[in-house]
Amino acid sequence: MPYTLAVNGKSQSVDVPADMPLLWVLRDVLKLKGTKYGCGIGACGACTVLVNGTPTRSCSTPVSAVRAEVKTIEGLSPDGSHPLQKAWLETDTPQCGYCQAGQIMTAAALLARTPKPTDAQIATAMTGNVCRCGTYLRIREAIHLAANGGTKV
Amino acid sequence: MENTTKQLDRRSFIKVSALAGGGMLIGLYTDNELLAQRGGQAAAPTQIVPATFIKIHPDNTFTIIARNPETGQGIKNALPMIIADEFDVDWKQVKIEQADLDTKYAIDAGVPGLRQYEGGSTAIPQNYMPMRNVGATGRAMMLTAAAQTWSVPETELTTASGVVTHTPSRRTATYGSLAAKAATLTPPPLTAVKLKDQKDFKIMGKPIPGVDNLAIVTGKPSFSIDIDMPNMLFAVYEKCPVFGGKVVSANVEEIKKLPGIKHAFVVDAPPPPAAGARGGGGGGGGVRWDSGVAIVADSWWLAQNARKSLKIVWDEGAVATQSSVGYATQAKQLAAAGAAKPPAGGGQGGANIGDVDAAFPTAAKVVEAEYTFPLLSHAPLEPMNSTAWFKDGKIEIWSPSQTPALQNAAVPAGVENTAVTFHLVRAGGGFGRRLYNEYDIEVSKIARLVADERAKAGQPSVAVKLLWTREDDMAHDDYRPGGYHFFKAGLDASGKLIAFRDYAPNTQGGVVPSNEFPRGFVPNFRVSADPIAPFGIPTGAMRAPGTNGVSFVMQCFIDEIATAAGKDPLQFRIDLLNSPVDPAAPQGGGFNAARARGVLEAVRDMSDWNNRSRLPKGTAKGVAFQFAHAGYVAYVVEVTVAADKGVKVNKAWGAIDIGNQIVNISQATNLVHGGFIEGMSHMMSWEITIDKGRVVQKNFSQYQPARMAQVPASIEVKFLKTEYPPTGLGEPSLPPAPPAIANAIFAATGVRIRTMPLGPQGYRWT
Repeated sequence: MPYTLAVNGKSQSVDVPADMPLLWVLRDVLKLKGTKYGCGIGACGACTVLVNGTPTRSCSTPVSAVRAEVKTIEGLSPDGSHPLQKAWLETDTPQCGYCQAGQIMTAAALLARTPKPTDAQIATAMTGNVCRCGTYLRIREAIHLAANGGTKV
Repeated sequence: MENTTKQLDRRSFIKVSALAGGGMLIGLYTDNELLAQRGGQAAAPTQIVPATFIKIHPDNTFTIIARNPETGQGIKNALPMIIADEFDVDWKQVKIEQADLDTKYAIDAGVPGLRQYEGGSTAIPQNYMPMRNVGATGRAMMLTAAAQTWSVPETELTTASGVVTHTPSRRTATYGSLAAKAATLTPPPLTAVKLKDQKDFKIMGKPIPGVDNLAIVTGKPSFSIDIDMPNMLFAVYEKCPVFGGKVVSANVEEIKKLPGIKHAFVVDAPPPPAAGARGGGGGGGGVRWDSGVAIVADSWWLAQNARKSLKIVWDEGAVATQSSVGYATQAKQLAAAGAAKPPAGGGQGGANIGDVDAAFPTAAKVVEAEYTFPLLSHAPLEPMNSTAWFKDGKIEIWSPSQTPALQNAAVPAGVENTAVTFHLVRAGGGFGRRLYNEYDIEVSKIARLVADERAKAGQPSVAVKLLWTREDDMAHDDYRPGGYHFFKAGLDASGKLIAFRDYAPNTQGGVVPSNEFPRGFVPNFRVSADPIAPFGIPTGAMRAPGTNGVSFVMQCFIDEIATAAGKDPLQFRIDLLNSPVDPAAPQGGGFNAARARGVLEAVRDMSDWNNRSRLPKGTAKGVAFQFAHAGYVAYVVEVTVAADKGVKVNKAWGAIDIGNQIVNISQATNLVHGGFIEGMSHMMSWEITIDKGRVVQKNFSQYQPARMAQVPASIEVKFLKTEYPPTGLGEPSLPPAPPAIANAIFAATGVRIRTMPLGPQGYRWT
């Protein structure tokens, strides 16, 4: 089936089965490898992208159900200059790094909604994103850092 | 367990090797002994060739090779940082390049037996001196090149930031300008090379951010799963849910007709070797693969989707009758018959010091308890995958393996090791899972069979990427073995520990803690074990094998003994450590009581332990320490436990002794946070259970890792600088976390936790 997707501000045509998850369209058809496969059932958050600004588990979202603008980690900034990306670099957050694209996309939606989140608001927003390496303390620090315009709290 | 009683000294290293059944041997060896074990006799040191590791560019920037696989432990930073510091350049002048698998990265580092692998927290202890030697030899050659150019003595030259300076004549030359001259020189013998004083390190000890961080936060292809090749095909591989089961038949002809499917075939398992590790873990075990059905398609999702239509007749084999309930029942039966018996000679080993049987009747107080911990899956977030391309009689492989080995591609592809090109690719977590390389072996077999089918059809060879699902990995891991411990301890009237006994009926790959503390600090000490059999579950090393579950049982039972003695549990441990039975006898496994005491005292002071009685009701602190993989770690944890068993970890403190040099303080601290938080996953939720020979848990929904909402407000980390050579950190940071949490829950509630995980006992994180 042909579908037209708006991904990172660009209109993209793909010809894939209706039930193919958005994750695999992004990764294997559009070659956007930043969005990751972790569990396939929406339980880990590694595949998180924004659909119309809302964090969405792309592994469990059929391409046919996508009707709004998709933003992936590649679309956050061309060069790592988004405040969250800068904060992640400043805090040296990644260990293996595999979950971090999903973490950053969830955090981006949080900051769009709640520019100065509390620890409790961060916990609620981020708790669907697993970091198997356990970098949560730095993720939390990085979100605060980005929320404060790059100034340490 | 195999141990030596040698003290860890400057020339000693930790050795870990995968063994039959996935067990790990951990011992201490000098480097010569280490090399001797690998090749049968000690390999002579080889000439250091800095050029293999350092490329000097005309603009005075440098490319430094990262020789070991990166799985998130930060080694892609750490080893090049060591070279760069001794080479005496600035980190901002350095770019990092990941090495392929090649013996030149051992030979040209002067240590021909030095493997490129990630496991056992060995990278720093094994590579610290070789990498320093590489950097320092490179610097020595720059000095010689400048001295010859200017006809001045080398003693008048200094270096900094990649520049050689001759102060008397105020001349300077960049390494870049000296590179051509240096390339004509023979590297000096190591004895002529001067290493830096530790106080002069400019890169080591600093917080240096991960070299791949920018690629990671911008979503650039960075991981094994991201490897892409022209016209690449994607594979899935369906194996029997029962361990050891085989394919009898499968509807592959029907599968081939599904959309996008290019190949589908049954892969037979090779005959089993007499003995050998599953998954050819690079440790000398046979290269084996399980029988299964491969489906190869244009896209991974099409291949995966076709699995729904698979109809396979399995021969489930003998393991189908086994279950976790059965193993536990057998452990209890063995304990009823064998707990009081001294250990048998040989077999699984044990310890029998003094006479526990004579001591128990004299005890004023006896404490008995049963502890258990379950099988675990490693569950790194990037599922198992690997990409292989069989072409013109050769195979090229891109792998996230922790133990890359040429034969894992060569044997299944039917070629010699010399026909393999092996690329190490960043892995999305390891934790020991990628010590076992089933995915490398499977993809190499599949890539060969696909290439053969395509050749017959007149089609060109293409690369094949195999990707397991999360469910595949949870069902086909090499699991952390569970443990069953039946304890008895005796105290005299003054509360002194006089006898300690552990009976640990044991599965294949399980751990008999015959060398653990309090051995050496109690006059009568016995550890014995009998095998639980049959046991058909593949087991392997998981982060801190040997101590990751044992620390929970030993450090919680020590806490019980301290409580029975009416003592402060932290001080009780220190008092024990202060009272060796024979002060002259070295402790097993290189254990150093002074270092253990050091981390306990430090964590006591950091955490304000002595004022813990001021905490409100329901809030309390617990402590645990562990010696693991040459490192000493003590945690104090503060928890608040609600009446409904909701547990909040408020705060944690960690004191760590891994020697005299932290290579990268930022990543080291991050690793400790991660080790502690992994311990929270073990403590609350992680459990693999077996029913009818197969794993019950399917995915993260039934195997919950700790999450943001559950982690403490802070984990304070302090590294103690001691006189010992630097050792690793990935493993030691985990084991004492669960017992510290469990001991805090006891302190808060009076309820002793003797089984992991907590979730099935009604607890939850709040």
